Amino acid sequence: MKIYDGGKIFIGIIIFLSVATSPFLFNMGKATAKPDPKLDTPEIQKMKKKQCVEPKEFMRREHMKLLNEWRDSVVREGNMIYIGVGGEVYSMSLQSTCMKCHSNKKKFCDECHKYVAVKPYCWDCHIAPKEN
Amino acid sequence: MGALLSLSTALILVLIAFAGVKEANLHFLFGAIIPYIAIITFIIGVIYRILKWASSPVPFRIPTTCGQQKSLPWIKHSKIENPSGTLGVIVRMALEVLLFRSLFRNLKTELREGKVVYGSEKWLWLAGLAFHWSFLIILLRHFRLFVDPVPASLHLLESFDGFLQIGMPRLFITGIILLASVSYLLFRRFYIPQVRYISLANDYFPLFLILGIGITGVLMRYFIKVDVVNTKHLIMGIFTLKPEIPEGVGGIFYIHIFLVSVLFAYFPFSKLVHMAGVFMSPTRNLSNNSRMKRHINPWNYPVKAHTYEDYENEFREKMKKAGLPVEKE
Repeated sequence: MKIYDGGKIFIGIIIFLSVATSPFLFNMGKATAKPDPKLDTPEIQKMKKKQCVEPKEFMRREHMKLLNEWRDSVVREGNMIYIGVGGEVYSMSLQSTCMKCHSNKKKFCDECHKYVAVKPYCWDCHIAPKEN
Repeated sequence: MGALLSLSTALILVLIAFAGVKEANLHFLFGAIIPYIAIITFIIGVIYRILKWASSPVPFRIPTTCGQQKSLPWIKHSKIENPSGTLGVIVRMALEVLLFRSLFRNLKTELREGKVVYGSEKWLWLAGLAFHWSFLIILLRHFRLFVDPVPASLHLLESFDGFLQIGMPRLFITGIILLASVSYLLFRRFYIPQVRYISLANDYFPLFLILGIGITGVLMRYFIKVDVVNTKHLIMGIFTLKPEIPEGVGGIFYIHIFLVSVLFAYFPFSKLVHMAGVFMSPTRNLSNNSRMKRHINPWNYPVKAHTYEDYENEFREKMKKAGLPVEKE
C-alpha cells in the first residue's frame, strides 16, 4: 500500500493517537487511591445508634438532592422540620445538623468531592467548620 | 423500515447490557472487557481508514471553489474561498471543521407556482453545530472521571456549563442542547420527505445510539443516581490498566458504558468516521494552484507519438514527387 503525503498523514495519526489515548497517558505511572471518608468525629462516637437522617446508601447517592430540598424548604417555605427514616425529628440545617456530627469537613466532605472533582457551592453562603 | 430497525437495535443493546449485568452478573465483561475491545477497535479502525484513504492518489487539484481565483494583481482574490497556498487552506479547513462553513451555505429548493425557487436553510447547520459542540464539551467534562487529580480548566468548563445553578447536581446546559439537537436531527429525517427517502438504517442508528447515551447519562446524573465515587473508581481502573469492579455501581451505568462502547466500536466502520475524513477531503484541503504549478498524473505512461516532423522525414521524397509542400527540403 503506497501512502501519499506520508508526512502529513503521519502527523495526523500521531495527533489522533495522542488524543484518543489521552486518558491512559494522563494516568500513566500514577497510583490512584480511592477516597476514604472518615466518620470518627467525637459527636458520632458518642451516638449509640450510628444513623444519619436517611440510610447510608441513600445518603451516598442522594445527599446533594436532599440538601437542595432542605434549602428550598427552609429558605422558600420556612419549614425547618425534617422527619427521618425512623421517625426522628431533625432541624433542617447544614451548619447545626449535618456539620454537628460531620464536623470533619476535610475528611468527610472534601475527600470524595475532590476525587470526583465536585465543587459544591454550599460554602459560598454557609460558614465552614473550623478545623485544625 | 431503516428507522425501526435502528431503534430496535438500540433497544436490544440496552436490554443486552441490562440483562447481562442484572441477570447474568457479567459485570467484568461490561465494565472492563467490552470497553477495552471498543477502544482498541476504535483506534485501529480509524487508523486503518486513514491509511486506506491516504493510499488513493489525488494527482490533480479538485477544490470546490466559491470565490475568485488568484489571478492578475488588480483582480481581487478571494483568499479563503479559493485558497492559493497553505495558509488559506488552513483557515478554510479551520472554518469548515469548527463552524461547518460549507453547511452554512445549505439551500432549500422548492417548486412554487411552477418555478424552482431557492431559499436559505440554516436549521440543519444550527442543529449540527449545536450537537457537535455540546458533544465535545460533554466528552471533555467526562475527563473529571478519567483523571486524578482533575485539572483546573475542567472546573472552569463545568462552572460555565452549570452556571444556571438549577437543581442539585447542577443542570448542565450542554446536556439539554445535545438531546434537543439530536432530537431535531432525527425529527428532520422523518419530517422532510426527500430526506426521509434517502435515509437508511445507518443514518438512523447513530442518532438512536447517541440519543440512548444522552438519555442514560441524564438519567444517571439527575434521576437514577449512581455512586459517583465507585463509578470513578471503576473508570480509573480501566484507564490505569488495572480493571476492577467496585460494589454499588448502578445498572444504568453499565447500560451507558455499553452504548458508548458500541458507539466507539461502530465508529470506524460507519459514517461517523467523518471525524477523520473531514481532514482528508480533497475538495476542501487542496489549494487551487493549478495555474501556478503543473500537476502531473503519477500513472501517466509514456505515449508513443508520431510527430509531423517524423512523418515528413518518412515520406519527404514521396511528398516532393507528388508536389506536396514540405517544411524542410
